[in-house]
Amino acid sequence: MQALIQNLVNGLAQGSVYALVALGYTMVYGVLQFINFAHAEIFMLGAFGGIFVAGWLTNGEGSFLSLVLVTFGSMAFCTGVGLAVERIAYRPLRHAPRLNVLITAIGVSLLLQNLGILIFGADPRVFPAVIPTQALFDSQNLVINNIQVLVIGTSAALMLCLHWLVRHTKLGMAMRAVSYDIETASLMGIPIDRIIAFTFAIGSALAGCAAVLYGLTYPKVDPLMGVIIGIKAFVAAVFGGIGSFVGAAVGGIVMGLAETLVVYYVSSSFRDALAFGLLIVILLVKPTGLFGSMAKEKV
Amino acid sequence: MGALMGGVMRPVFKSRNRSFLVFGIVFLSLVGFVNCTKKGDTGASAQADLQALVLGEFGTMTGPESTFGISTHRGIMMAVEEANASGGIQGKPIKVISLDDQGRSDEAVTAVTKLVTQENVQLILGEVASSRSIAAAPVAQKYKVPMISPSSTNPRVTQVGDFIFRVCFIDPFQGKVMAKFAAQNLKMKTAAILRDIKSDYSVGLADFFAEDFQKMGGKIISDLSYSSGDADFKAQLTAIKLKKPDVLFIPGYYTEVGLIARQARELNYNGVLMGGDGWDSAKLTEIGGKAVVGGYFSSHYSPKSDKPVVQNFVAKYKEKYNGEVPNGLAAMGYDAARVAIAAALKSSTLAPTDLRDAVAQTKDFEGVTGVISLNDERNAVKPAVVLKVMASNDYEYVTTVNP
Amino acid sequence: MADTHSLFFGDEDGIKTPWQILGFALLVLVLMGVSALIESNINPYVQRIIVNCGIGIILGLSLNLVNGCAGQFSLGHAGFMAVGAYISAYLTTVLMPFGGFFQTELGVGVAVVAGGLAAALSGYIVGLPSLRLRGDYLAIVTLGFGEIIRIVFLNISAVGGPRGLPGIPLASNFFWVYLWAVVTFAVIYRLIHSSAGRAILSVREDEISSQSMGVNVSHYKVVAFVVSAFFAGVAGGLFAHYQGFIDPNTFNFNRSVEVVIMVVIGGMGSFSGAVIGAILVTMLPELLRFFAEYRMVIFSALLVLVMLLRPMGIFGRHEIWEASWLPKLKRKPKP
Repeated sequence: MQALIQNLVNGLAQGSVYALVALGYTMVYGVLQFINFAHAEIFMLGAFGGIFVAGWLTNGEGSFLSLVLVTFGSMAFCTGVGLAVERIAYRPLRHAPRLNVLITAIGVSLLLQNLGILIFGADPRVFPAVIPTQALFDSQNLVINNIQVLVIGTSAALMLCLHWLVRHTKLGMAMRAVSYDIETASLMGIPIDRIIAFTFAIGSALAGCAAVLYGLTYPKVDPLMGVIIGIKAFVAAVFGGIGSFVGAAVGGIVMGLAETLVVYYVSSSFRDALAFGLLIVILLVKPTGLFGSMAKEKV
Repeated sequence: MGALMGGVMRPVFKSRNRSFLVFGIVFLSLVGFVNCTKKGDTGASAQADLQALVLGEFGTMTGPESTFGISTHRGIMMAVEEANASGGIQGKPIKVISLDDQGRSDEAVTAVTKLVTQENVQLILGEVASSRSIAAAPVAQKYKVPMISPSSTNPRVTQVGDFIFRVCFIDPFQGKVMAKFAAQNLKMKTAAILRDIKSDYSVGLADFFAEDFQKMGGKIISDLSYSSGDADFKAQLTAIKLKKPDVLFIPGYYTEVGLIARQARELNYNGVLMGGDGWDSAKLTEIGGKAVVGGYFSSHYSPKSDKPVVQNFVAKYKEKYNGEVPNGLAAMGYDAARVAIAAALKSSTLAPTDLRDAVAQTKDFEGVTGVISLNDERNAVKPAVVLKVMASNDYEYVTTVNP
Repeated sequence: MADTHSLFFGDEDGIKTPWQILGFALLVLVLMGVSALIESNINPYVQRIIVNCGIGIILGLSLNLVNGCAGQFSLGHAGFMAVGAYISAYLTTVLMPFGGFFQTELGVGVAVVAGGLAAALSGYIVGLPSLRLRGDYLAIVTLGFGEIIRIVFLNISAVGGPRGLPGIPLASNFFWVYLWAVVTFAVIYRLIHSSAGRAILSVREDEISSQSMGVNVSHYKVVAFVVSAFFAGVAGGLFAHYQGFIDPNTFNFNRSVEVVIMVVIGGMGSFSGAVIGAILVTMLPELLRFFAEYRMVIFSALLVLVMLLRPMGIFGRHEIWEASWLPKLKRKPKP
């Protein structure tokens, strides 16, 4: 029983990170209808950004304030990168066929990975323990630590903020309008380019925060760390219904739990296959995902 | 989607100029390619005339596994620079041609083919990963050029043929060392294994450890796996912890071992952690922190050994690479290159077949990683050391296990 | 059945079968001659690159059928290649049924075809989701299938698991690779210039309209996937018997991306584009050896730049023989 609870907590913490990254995919897909493959690399850059910010705050280690500074630094850095990618690579292709945008996204993702290897080297860096790990609940077979609670709590808070932003602000309304029909929205006077850039900024900032939470849990940062997380988060987004915020959150958590439980109860060798298997099954059974609704494609 | 795409597609061959441009590019790249290959030919044959020693190295210099290749490369270059400082071979400096294989076995084959047939190297050094050594060795064998692998520990590498050597011990020995150490020195009864399913090295070492540990009366009570690149191992570790093994054997690379150790301790697993030479890196304690302290691993050498050859190597390496302590791979690269150079000094002609015979006769060679003698299977017969992880990149020498 | 007939023989310009056989025989002779010349005169390293180009051409042409002609987007070509490589190598190295037959050159040929068939079967399985998915989703699903195939081989110890499968007979060479490249070109070219091919192209142009014109859209999508996977499998088999060693890592996602780059750079939908793209992508890394560290950066930057500056690739949908400065022998009617 305790093992089950332990697995649920572990899966939930892992799933919260997936959910934060998945939100980025889902937001971009919502407004532009394409998979931003480079999102995983923005997540990776966020982790490196966090390392550098923490490096500057040499004396602040261990305090809550430095955690906040590192998180905001990383989020700001990611926002910058996200905006730059959107401006340089995606905006010129706004009216290009979707296939071209997709290929560009793959290209940008590979480019950032390889630039990362060139600049940071392939050897992993260590994410500093901005706040040290402490067990909050500790019995023989069940351990819950402060980082896990922090990860789950922060993710939940960010998702609530996002929900408020999208549902209850003018900006959110504009985002929804763009997502619904980009041309009509532009006729209504909504500055399309600015809204899209804003969407990228939010998605990237979430990735930056996820990267810091991830770095605190797994303090190993390397230029290819985004690849696997990215794929899993994407699967989570599709599972929940791409374009839906609730879907991304639920999908991420389901993904995290499913992985932990499969490894524990079934087999550890097919963990990565699980993500893809889940993806294929959901796409065949219910391509719109759990919460998604897909517009019929027009002729 | 297709209809949309039609919109932006325009005829390509609208004007003459553009099509010429395209063909110009293709043609020029072909010409450039042929030129490059020609240059390589003449360069290498000129070298052969001078009777200088040209060593070829292939390794993973780029991509996710480049850390291993770069460490080895540094070791090799240090050995060659030392030899050149003391006069090279017959007064001529040794040249090294290093090619990258991007961590891909098919690229390794191409790289070795280039080294042998175009650069005309007399001896090849490489690879770290056994799978890439096994892939490329048949080429060296076919063209009868000796190849010395610095650190491919899988037994099948040297079984490819009589031109393939290695200066490291092999996995069955390493597995046995750790099994023996666990069962006899530490008197452990039960062990769990957590292996990296994506790595041939890890899978091989795990199998040999399991076999020997059981032979010595121990019990393997759990054998689980992960894939390199994973970051969360808590599910496997929760399962392992419930079985309470005395030892957790993790034959992986330091990149994951640090995280595994951390999560194991976070979950209150208090058994002994053990592993192989993949642990050997300064990053292990950086990533693993306190969690890896007290773990044991087998390695090729101890940087703290007071042998002059080791002290000289460690000091020079530190001086060259801002104070970094050389890891096992750098030491193996250094030794492999020194064995090759020693063979070249003994051989009269520097022809690959003569070099092969000279390498095969290597006996009691005083290397950084121990005294190297090559046996009939062209494997190095030498002891392994067991190191204990102390705080922050400090290892304590525990014992030496002889073959 | 008229359908299958046009699939293999075409129905456009009625070249009679005897002529085809004669032409083919001539081609085999020429290839044999060139092969002998190359093997005796050219440096083995350059030979190796030429052969790798040939394997790349087969891969590029076959992916072009799905990505260029049928308008689907597959990101799992390495998976089909892996199936072909592993099945054929398993036949010639581990299983070896019928005594020494699979050690002979003919036996290896049979094994390569068997690998192709196995890949075609997996192509059928992957093709099925393409009936319901398009664009990004399909790309991700094919990517997933490719990875699943790789993970499966990683876990089968009979083919070496992560250790790989060594000692595969070195039976493929310039002759076999380029013979298959020509066969690939001929079959896919004929397919596209048949009524089935026009149906495939119509799926690319507008799925809904072609459906309403009576084209069996799902059927032709699956046909494209199966034919494409077959040749990718053959390429894998030839690759395995040229390298002598395969491991799951050889067929990772980067390999699929490489093939996509070949098709994209050449121009999606263009046969000559796929060929030129394959040659460029195979040779560029060798040319850029001096910049080994920048190689992958240059590659990915190239992909982005092509998409931004020349999204149709070098050739667009056109062919080399349509170039205006070539003497106009006989213009093929455009499909």
